[in-house]
Amino acid sequence: MDKVIIASNLSLSYSNDETIINKANFSVDSGSFIFITGASGSGKSTLLKSLYGALSPKEGSLIVGGVELRNVSGSKLNFLRRHIGIVFQDYKLVKEWTIEKNIMLPLIINGYEKGVTQNQVDSLLKHVRLKHQAGKYPQELSGGEQQRVAMARALSHNPILILADEPTGNLDDYSSQLIWNLLEGANTQLKTTVIVVTHHIPEAMGVAYKHFHIEFGSIHEVN
Amino acid sequence: MKSIRNHLSLVIALLSILFSIQIFNIVDRSVMAYKKNLSTNYSLVVVSNMTLNNKEIADADSNIDSMTELSPDNVIQRLNTGMSTKNMELLKHTLPKFYKVKLKHYPSPGEIESVTKNLLQNKNITKVENFSQSHDTTYKLLLLFKNVVSLFAVSIFVITTLLIFKELRIWQFKHSERMSIMALFGAPTWLRSAVLFRLAIVDALITSVIAFALFTYTAASPWVLKQFSDIGISIVIFDPIYDFLMLAGVAMFLSILLATLIVLGHKEEV
Repeated sequence: MDKVIIASNLSLSYSNDETIINKANFSVDSGSFIFITGASGSGKSTLLKSLYGALSPKEGSLIVGGVELRNVSGSKLNFLRRHIGIVFQDYKLVKEWTIEKNIMLPLIINGYEKGVTQNQVDSLLKHVRLKHQAGKYPQELSGGEQQRVAMARALSHNPILILADEPTGNLDDYSSQLIWNLLEGANTQLKTTVIVVTHHIPEAMGVAYKHFHIEFGSIHEVN
Repeated sequence: MKSIRNHLSLVIALLSILFSIQIFNIVDRSVMAYKKNLSTNYSLVVVSNMTLNNKEIADADSNIDSMTELSPDNVIQRLNTGMSTKNMELLKHTLPKFYKVKLKHYPSPGEIESVTKNLLQNKNITKVENFSQSHDTTYKLLLLFKNVVSLFAVSIFVITTLLIFKELRIWQFKHSERMSIMALFGAPTWLRSAVLFRLAIVDALITSVIAFALFTYTAASPWVLKQFSDIGISIVIFDPIYDFLMLAGVAMFLSILLATLIVLGHKEEV
């Protein structure tokens, strides 16, 4: 099976003083569903940031989608990010854009035609049950609705990899269930690799998954 | 309403800069026109023992435009108290020759001194009257007026530049979040900055159109035209092609510079 992520002796830190992830070795198969857990401040979000190139490895090697992220060039990083869907805990929606335009963003960046873009956005808005809110701005929606928009945006361009940072952290049950269903659907139907950073793995998961746990700077797989 | 507010702050700052530039242009043109008026009325008087020709005077200094001989008849008439025609003719021949020398432009005090010196090198010229005292006063007043207006224009320029820098910080804050989000989804720099540049160009165009309307109206205003006619000068207050292109160019350059500084100063959030 192809590997989407290969980390060898990976060390991560924000400055030279403190190493957050220390010489970690792991790999992620294409099409797999991964949970990353760990205590607060253990480095879960830091690891996720390194996977989309927001934090460069201090030591070792990190290859995502065939791109080595240590000292990666801006153009290569942009190329990689165009094939990744990211869901943030704080949603990161563009406030001055309607939710329809927010969902369109990855499609615009990837140069899709207008007709294709509109069809894809309409379909995703139906999936996240927000078709009637298409023209509203993010601040007019509840937290759960905003996260559903962020989810739709992450799925819009059929990415090879979805990275989700505590996507259901503060959501109501309805929105949480919708998010999990969408992530499962992307994994089973589109064979998208999904990596979710979370404190709690849902009890009733409809897909097979792997579980990595971060503790004291090291990453190990939980069986 | 929000959209108008978004544009208004930069448009006002740019408009102030265009206003100070055009005011400076108008003053500069007025001073030039006034200098031209003065140069028409200003001339030196040269006294010579011998008849002078135009060429030798023109060769004496490059600032000299033309020379005309002054008729001695007026002087002789005043001296004519029962003198015979023969004596009158004799007097006419013994009197020195008087010439009026016109210059190409209104000279500075230094240029007058140099022209006087060069003319006196001609051995036949015995005296050059340059009316330097009254000329100096007029010239200094003219310079003072120009400098005061220039200072005023520079002050407006500095204040509005500071306003633009304040606007830059607001823009940086407002656009950095969107640019960071776009970067997270792999948008190249040009695409991330496109909104910013579009806004900058639209603001520059709005400002240019307002400036065009404002100055076209001012240039046709009877009150303004009367002020210029009162001081006896006629100038182009606003050239709809040359001035408009210049002001639009300045507005476009400044707003694009502003957007470029924001793009260069943008740091991706981690």
